[in-house]
Amino acid sequence: MATVIDRDGIETVPTATTEAPLRRFVAEFAESRLAVGGLAVLAMIIVAALAAPLISPQDPYDLNQLDILDGRLPPGTESATGFTFWLGSDDQGRDMLSAILYGLRISLGVGVMSAVIAVVIGTATGLAAAYFGGRIDTLIMRIVDIQLSFPAILVALILLAVLGQGTGKIIVALVTVQWAYYARTVRGTALVERRKEYVEAARCLALGHARILFRHLLPNCLPPLIVVATVQVAHAIALEATLSFLGIGLPITEPSLGLLIANGYEYMMSGKYWISFFPGVALLITIVSINLVGDQLRDVLNPRLRK
Amino acid sequence: MTVFIIRRVMQSILVLFVMSLLVFVGVYAIGNPVEIFVAADADQAERARVIAALGLDKPLWEQYLLFIRNAVLGDLGKSFVFNQPALGLILQRMPATLELAVAAMVIALALGIPLGMYAGFRPQSRVAKAIMAGSILGFSLPTFWVGLMLIMVFAVELGWLPSTGRGATAEVFGIETSLATWDGLSHVLLPALNLALFKLSLVIRLTRAGMRENMLMDYVKFARAKGLTMRRVVFVHVLKNIMIPIVTVVGLELGSVIAFAVVTETVFAWPGMGKLIIDSINNLDRPVIVAYMLITVTMFIVINLVVDVLYSVLDPRVRLADMKG
Amino acid sequence: MAKRWLKAALGVFFAGMVCLSAAAQDLTVGLGANVTSIDPHFHNLSPNSSVAAHIFDRLIHQDEKQRLVPGLATEWKAIDATTWEFKLRKGVKFHDGSEFGAEDVVATLKRVPWVPNSPSSFSIYTRAITETTIVDPYTIRFKTKEPYPLLPVDLSTINIVSRKHEQSPTGDFNGGKAAIGTGPFKFVEYVPGDRIVLTRNDDYWGDKPHWQKVTLKLITNGAARVNALLAGDVQIIDQVPTVDIAKLKTNADINLTRIVSNRLIYLHVDSFRDQSPFATDKAGAVLPNNPLKDRRVRLAISKAINRQAIVERIMDGEAIPAGGLLPEGFFGASPKLKAEAFDPEGAKKLLTEAGYPNGFGLTLHGPNDRYPNDEKIIQAIGPMLSRVGIDTKVVSLPWATFASQGSAPTYAFSLMLVGWGSGTGEVSSPLRSLIATVAPGRGASNRGRYSNPKVDSLLQEALNTVDDEKREKLLQEATEVAMADQAIIPLHYQVNVWATRKGLSYTPRADEYTLAHFVRPAR
Repeated sequence: MATVIDRDGIETVPTATTEAPLRRFVAEFAESRLAVGGLAVLAMIIVAALAAPLISPQDPYDLNQLDILDGRLPPGTESATGFTFWLGSDDQGRDMLSAILYGLRISLGVGVMSAVIAVVIGTATGLAAAYFGGRIDTLIMRIVDIQLSFPAILVALILLAVLGQGTGKIIVALVTVQWAYYARTVRGTALVERRKEYVEAARCLALGHARILFRHLLPNCLPPLIVVATVQVAHAIALEATLSFLGIGLPITEPSLGLLIANGYEYMMSGKYWISFFPGVALLITIVSINLVGDQLRDVLNPRLRK
Repeated sequence: MTVFIIRRVMQSILVLFVMSLLVFVGVYAIGNPVEIFVAADADQAERARVIAALGLDKPLWEQYLLFIRNAVLGDLGKSFVFNQPALGLILQRMPATLELAVAAMVIALALGIPLGMYAGFRPQSRVAKAIMAGSILGFSLPTFWVGLMLIMVFAVELGWLPSTGRGATAEVFGIETSLATWDGLSHVLLPALNLALFKLSLVIRLTRAGMRENMLMDYVKFARAKGLTMRRVVFVHVLKNIMIPIVTVVGLELGSVIAFAVVTETVFAWPGMGKLIIDSINNLDRPVIVAYMLITVTMFIVINLVVDVLYSVLDPRVRLADMKG
Repeated sequence: MAKRWLKAALGVFFAGMVCLSAAAQDLTVGLGANVTSIDPHFHNLSPNSSVAAHIFDRLIHQDEKQRLVPGLATEWKAIDATTWEFKLRKGVKFHDGSEFGAEDVVATLKRVPWVPNSPSSFSIYTRAITETTIVDPYTIRFKTKEPYPLLPVDLSTINIVSRKHEQSPTGDFNGGKAAIGTGPFKFVEYVPGDRIVLTRNDDYWGDKPHWQKVTLKLITNGAARVNALLAGDVQIIDQVPTVDIAKLKTNADINLTRIVSNRLIYLHVDSFRDQSPFATDKAGAVLPNNPLKDRRVRLAISKAINRQAIVERIMDGEAIPAGGLLPEGFFGASPKLKAEAFDPEGAKKLLTEAGYPNGFGLTLHGPNDRYPNDEKIIQAIGPMLSRVGIDTKVVSLPWATFASQGSAPTYAFSLMLVGWGSGTGEVSSPLRSLIATVAPGRGASNRGRYSNPKVDSLLQEALNTVDDEKREKLLQEATEVAMADQAIIPLHYQVNVWATRKGLSYTPRADEYTLAHFVRPAR
């Protein structure tokens, strides 16, 4: 029922309470059981990742706790010191369960941090470009073009080669390759929106730039932004894993899920599946649940899909 | 339109210039290539000779000016490692990468659009849910891992397809391509599928999203009310509208497919430019890295330009005048 | 049911697509290292030399254990302290039909230092020659400035090209025009980064190779290489990744062959500076006195390392714990040097003696893309050192970055993992480059700047002694002195492993060469 223009109208009609949209949002989100399930799993993953130091049997980043004599033990094996590797151990004698919990922290942290920073930068620049047009648009879109001219994986490769290893550095690299996508997406949508009547109307009412930008243009740019962001968080985590596969990215002493998979894949063929398999499953569950939540969010947030 | 294109080209030259400078400095910052090339048992005199032979004894700005002067004359320098013109080396490898990228894109579109349309047309059906679950898996799995799994299953365990390399080539319309022989096709199938997987998921999602949005639009109701068949509405009107984001994304992604071929080419030992660039980065073979970047960026710029022009053709609401760019 | 049906249908479909070209006399080889040129004088790089050995011959060849055997020269001797005489093989023809003779040797020696833009020249092996005289078409003499016993070894690395191609640029070799040698195979095609195709030289002077057509495929990814072998796309691969060895061993279709290599993996220690940048107290502040200058501390590090565990757990048994610079049997290797036993208590005691009862802080640097399992080895050593009190951080870097930071003039590291392959098969090679005091022509890869006048003088004497027996004694003594002083901390010697399809055999080589003419059907 509510079209775009109606949505803008809601603001000016004071009958809508502030609670209603939120309640409606929750109700609509809960329509999909899959999405609710995904959200629950995601919440569990986030809690597990945050609480990793408390619940892990071992600190996998403390090299002194590792012994290569405990290396490559299959799941359920007990070590010499009476410690049980429920998910096996990797070639360094690292407990896979602990490594996965810590790895989740890093993968999620890297993916979310880089996406948040990139979305903020990308949205701000993309909106500004579309709204102001002219020289500002030209300047911003030129920078975006330069950025997009560099193939993402190559920028990350060269950037990390120059910067060296580290979590902060990989976030910098991921933001650098991602922000332009958001900027372009937002600008593309905003260009179309800007021509619509409601913006003209807002302008006629002499509303401020900031108000038009953030209260009117931005909400309408959100749906595609969420699609892209969903894809990009998953993409960021996968890209980080790929960079690890190519030999740069995170330091090997503090592996992310991607690095654990990369380290373990060479053992897949020799039957030591658990080194690569369990981190792979953890990564898969994480990304799938993010995507399930993202999918439903998009459907709910998209004003054009409202019946 | 012409003014728009000319302006774009001018700006592109500036982009290329800025980028060559960034890459030049970036590679310089990574390390000293001489350490990689020189024989381990070479002494100091031999090291000095190599540094001089490769022109690395000059200050960086002088090396860069020299590069620019030669680049303007069409010479992008000689590879440190191969002693062959960097441009030639890359062009030699380009057909292999392009054919891999095109094959991957064809797979992604040929499977992605129909699947996405179905998923968007009947979003509540089991098939649609299966398609969406598959698409989520598609970009949840890291490319390199899927590649290794494909090799393990189809080449090693089942033995149906060759595991690595590029097959025999044949000439079609003056282009030497392996897509024209059975042997070549059997070699390209696995790597192309591997490379396509991510884009396939993306195309499915975009098509489905577009489909769902458009099906609710008034023009669909109008068209149905006018008595047009559902088939005609979907395949003519809706399809045309959902092509807009797909064209944009496919255009942008073609470049990224070419770049991402780096991973697939490494896994499948595919003799393309991606493998060359990885080797060159490992070897700090600066002339090849810079030339590769210049060439890919030029390709990107051309692709972007085409996308923008197409965009304005497909969506009359966006005029090129807005993209003075 | 449905699954089986699908599998069968797909099988029929794909069967039609798979190329069935493997004739009995064709051989496809999967090479793990990239080949950068066909020009045998352009890039002094082992994979290039390995390929060149198919097309070209050298005056002297190295056998699989790197002992010198006649090649294009049938005999050689020193006629006085500074003159060597080589007798050349008669009746040898180049692939273009022209006769081989002394003129070709002279042309080759002129070409070696001439090759333009060479990123790594072979001239380090020809520099000692000050004068070349042709005595007759099949006798040639070389003069050196000083007595130079290494000349035969050095010349065993130089591929002989035809006199017609003295001035041919590298591109002519890559294109095939100048790739004319006397070797067992003729050049057919080179596709950079992909493959090299060769065909048998039916007029070869030595044992004729079994294979009519040989394709050397470049497959640098280890897993991809193993997969290509398992899928039957290649019949032999080199550099078998250690993780796959256990699986390949149990595969009835695959044979493995191995030989201990000339490559030592070791730790270089900064024993030069008074303060070393990564030798710190436990809080991270640089120690006022570099503890690594103390021999006892270096020995403690050596004792703290469990080499057997590294060999078994990380190298999958494909390495041998090392106590010297080259394995026994190589020229100049001392049979007295045994790997230091794992002794953490002894290490702690030594640290206490040296005045570090509570240890100190250290960072171990290493490459992550250079040697088999390099990154895993340093990761395993870190905790071993930490357990005796030396709190060790581990940092791995790409070789490009690692090598430029760790070498002259920056010498940025305190303790680092490096490898050394002795191309000449002589212990003089690591002594000269790794352990000799840094000076022109010496210590070019001495990243710890170790310096010991006794080692230097023994080495100098050895390098001026033409008599092989005496020279070997001197080299052994120099090595023993250096190792007793813990000049470097040896870890292990690598084992080179090849895997072939069943029915083929390969003579494994210490120099890591993969030569198609040594691949034969198994008897």
